Amino acid sequence: MKLGYFPGCSLESSAREYNESLQAVAPLLDLELCEVPDWNCCGATAAHSLNHKLALALPARTLALAERAGFDELLVPCSACYSRLAATRRDLLANEALRQEITSIIELDYVGSTKVVSVVDVLGRAAPTIRAKASVPFLRKVACYYGCYLTRPASLTTCARPEDPQEMEAIVASAGATPLDWAFKIDCCGAALSVSRTATVAELAGRIVADAAERGAEALVVACPLCHTNLDLRRPAIERHRGVSYALPVLYITQLVGLALGLSERALGLHRHHVPVRFAPGAAAPAAAPKEN
Amino acid sequence: MEFAVSAFEPKLVAFVCNWCTYAGADLTGTSRIKYAPNVRLIRLPCTGRIDFMLLLQAFGKGADGVIVSGCHPGDCHYTAGNFHARRRWTLFRRLLDFVGVDLRRVHFAWVSAAEGAKWAELVNDVKTKIQALGPYDAFPKRLDGRPQPAEVA
Amino acid sequence: MPRIGVFICHCGENIGATVDAAAVAKAAGELPGVVHAVDYKYMCSDPGQNLIKEAIREKKLTGVVVGACSPRMHEPTFRRACAEAGLNAFLCEMANLREHCSWVHEKLPETTEKAIDLVRVMVEKVKRNRPLFPINVPITKTALVLGGGIAGIQAALDIANAGHPVVLVEREASIGGHMAQLSETFPTLDCSQCILTPRMVEVAQHPNIRLYTYSELESLEGFIGNFKAVIRKKARGIDEATCTGCGACIQKCPTKKIPSEFNAHLGHRTAIYVPFPQAVPNKPVIDRAHCTYYRTGKCKLCERVCPTKALRYDQEDLLVEVAVGAVVVATGYEVKGTDFFPEYGYGRYKDVITGLQFERLASASGPTLGAIRRPSDGQVPETVVFIACAGSRDPAKGLHYCSKICCMYTAKHAMLYKHKVHHGRPYVFYMDIRAGGKMYEEFVRRAIEEDQVSYIRGRVSRIYEKNGKLIVKGVDTLLNSRPVEIAADLVVLATAMVPQPDAEALAQKMKISYDGDRFLNEAHPKLRPVEMNTAGIFVAGACQAPKDIPETVAQASGAASKVIGLFSKDELSREPVVAVVNRTAPPLFSTCVGCFLCETACPYQAIEREEIKDRNGNVLKTVARVNQGVCQGCGTCVALCRSKSIDLQGFTNEQVFAELVAL
Repeated sequence: MKLGYFPGCSLESSAREYNESLQAVAPLLDLELCEVPDWNCCGATAAHSLNHKLALALPARTLALAERAGFDELLVPCSACYSRLAATRRDLLANEALRQEITSIIELDYVGSTKVVSVVDVLGRAAPTIRAKASVPFLRKVACYYGCYLTRPASLTTCARPEDPQEMEAIVASAGATPLDWAFKIDCCGAALSVSRTATVAELAGRIVADAAERGAEALVVACPLCHTNLDLRRPAIERHRGVSYALPVLYITQLVGLALGLSERALGLHRHHVPVRFAPGAAAPAAAPKEN
Repeated sequence: MEFAVSAFEPKLVAFVCNWCTYAGADLTGTSRIKYAPNVRLIRLPCTGRIDFMLLLQAFGKGADGVIVSGCHPGDCHYTAGNFHARRRWTLFRRLLDFVGVDLRRVHFAWVSAAEGAKWAELVNDVKTKIQALGPYDAFPKRLDGRPQPAEVA
Repeated sequence: MPRIGVFICHCGENIGATVDAAAVAKAAGELPGVVHAVDYKYMCSDPGQNLIKEAIREKKLTGVVVGACSPRMHEPTFRRACAEAGLNAFLCEMANLREHCSWVHEKLPETTEKAIDLVRVMVEKVKRNRPLFPINVPITKTALVLGGGIAGIQAALDIANAGHPVVLVEREASIGGHMAQLSETFPTLDCSQCILTPRMVEVAQHPNIRLYTYSELESLEGFIGNFKAVIRKKARGIDEATCTGCGACIQKCPTKKIPSEFNAHLGHRTAIYVPFPQAVPNKPVIDRAHCTYYRTGKCKLCERVCPTKALRYDQEDLLVEVAVGAVVVATGYEVKGTDFFPEYGYGRYKDVITGLQFERLASASGPTLGAIRRPSDGQVPETVVFIACAGSRDPAKGLHYCSKICCMYTAKHAMLYKHKVHHGRPYVFYMDIRAGGKMYEEFVRRAIEEDQVSYIRGRVSRIYEKNGKLIVKGVDTLLNSRPVEIAADLVVLATAMVPQPDAEALAQKMKISYDGDRFLNEAHPKLRPVEMNTAGIFVAGACQAPKDIPETVAQASGAASKVIGLFSKDELSREPVVAVVNRTAPPLFSTCVGCFLCETACPYQAIEREEIKDRNGNVLKTVARVNQGVCQGCGTCVALCRSKSIDLQGFTNEQVFAELVAL
């Protein structure tokens, strides 16, 4: 299946491994990712909190380019990008005058034929394939962390239970993992405060890591670059703040699926994480200890 | 209120329900609000009663414009008659268009028993619009020599 | 040949000032068929009416048009005058020369021309009028009340006390409804059962009330004054006449661990049981799904201990047919279960309970005998969080409405808790406090000020369990929007009030309308609050919308008074403005083609199917027939009829088309 692909800025930089793992997993699930030519920043946070039209024009341009390229669906792995693009599509379709205004600003037409989908949407549909191809089942207890934007606002996403989502649980289960019932899966990680107010992030992200660890999770699973940054890169700040150290790796859901599909740790970019991806000897070593590591 | 002395005084037929718009037009009267004398009301129990053959007959008999008005959605005295009327209109619109009725001459409105002023505004507004369109003799002419709806009915 | 009389009223200056009434009368006199046309100062006055009466007699008029005020004003007056002169009242029509002409236009020739037009139209209509006669329908003076909660009890007692027989149907084994489950009632804190049980006993002993418990409505047919109801009397498994209600069977029943519905699943009951000790009637039923005998074929312990040999294991459901003239629907409500709330644990946490469960905990007859103990381990909770609006006023959950009673009962719960656990810490999360009602606001203030209940204005986003505590995460929107976390021992959700699960099925069975939330629709939200759109069916209590006990009782008495009013006459007389399906000579019988579009269009279910048979009983065709007792005369069917076989008396196609031709 051919999908338009909008990696967004994070997947080119701080979340390279999300991009790498997604690109590695896609062909195994019969997904062909076609990057939208000349895409631009979605404007998350900076634009949408300051300038309403800019906040619509930036995503609209990428949507228009994807539509011009003829994609039915545009895969947007970053939760913030996903929210901005989906919101823009909804707003433009609901208001013809606005649509005309924005399309004249970006000098490209957009009629809304391209839909926006998340990694969780796409992997959810591929769950039967994952189950069938999982040569190295990921037999560990994991805590699926959704963050804010993946399931909310409820009117924007396809999530059936926005306050208690189950979609990621279904995906990791198809890869052999045991999803845990825990308390913080839709709490905020601190998101963009990662740069400006690390102390706040340490508290917010700290609760998430602590609860997952206390309930016996062997890994946190995420589907958002910003969540990953706060839970992984900011781990030292969390540990200082709480005075406890946690050996709890944070995996992108694509990495977990990739491991189950037998891909190597390097191919999935696990070496890029700040918190080492190491597991206690258990039912199955991840990726069956690949040689090239 | 003054009315411009115009060469053309349109003939308007209004099909109204007894419970909302007829009573609303009564209120226009008790409030002594003036409006154009061009309109003739046909009182029916409910807009649900309005057969679209009645509209054709009105135009066939030389009406230049038609008003259909009943209770606001949800306020129907008979629960749902106005919804039937509305749904039927969306269906018949295209048929009326097909048989050659100028749809700009059919005006739908909700006028409640409390909206006396709105009724006067509606009549004046429709009159102005129909005046701008001019007399509607095209439709009766086309009917010449053919059986008229009343005879069919 | 028609002989029409036209009478033009000046209405003093009201018409006469702008319309030349004499000219109108003169023009009318020249219309074909008009044999008499006069104008007069006040047509509605006695002399004016006499003008009409005399003309009817002298000129042998076959129809009358009065050009005067709105028919909504004086049509009854002039129709009565005609009837007194021997002319059928429905051969009189009015042209509205005042409200629709003289009052709204200037004194111009056009205005008089319009008046002439209006009269001409009515002359053409009245030529085609037919004599019509009021429709009389006999009334069966027995009422059916569905639901034996406080609404049904009140309605049944009111109707029965007025001297009319009542059939009261309750689906559970006892009457009493939700009110019997409540501990104490706001704002007086009087014991619910203490005020309810005397009423229940009164129902049971009332000579005019026939009580069917453990019974449901199977079907309802007919129309106002003439319903036929079939009641399914479910098999109790005992002979009610023989059973004395001694309770020996209940004590010996070996199956004791069935969750008790009456105790909102917080306590247990046996397989043969009465819902609660004060049940009316105090006769047990056997729960066949749980009874050892029905499941395994062995046991019959109850039969062995029964001193009167009242057990009837092979009893079957009984269908009882009753003829009634009116129905009061009082089927009540249900509360949403805790499993409705994913963020509050989806029913996983035993100590997250509903308001109704808290009622049972606080009730002296409840599973804890009134001690507040949490369900998981029986400990007395030190900290209790009450969450108002759990489901209500939350469009994301699909329940946009306010459940109305929760603000009050939450204040009551917090108060009762504090009265029983003096050192306890009650918290209430709320959106708004809606305490409209006599002494209601004062009651809430008492909870806050005297009993020191901590009210936090904000929503709860999540509840999770940690180290044996329920961590309630919420926000205090008044204190600079601070997030709040409370480690609670018990959480009480003021869950939304919803209609009974089968409310929709019942409404469809009775052909009454209901809204998007499945609450029953009253005929008019303000002016006909206890009537349903279907004539002869009335509504009371929470099946129509969330409401508290005082409101429910008031509505039940209102519904009862409507029924009593209906029963005050022997026959029902109504205007003959109803639809009729034409009948013609054989072999056609009717031009009706039997498409029954009219049946789908009719808001009143007035269209019936009639089979036309030959002498041998063979069905020749099936045509529509209008039940004149039910038809309200909207005419929607007429507009839809493909073969123009159905027509509305008083507004026939012939009449309306004639009006148009005359324009």
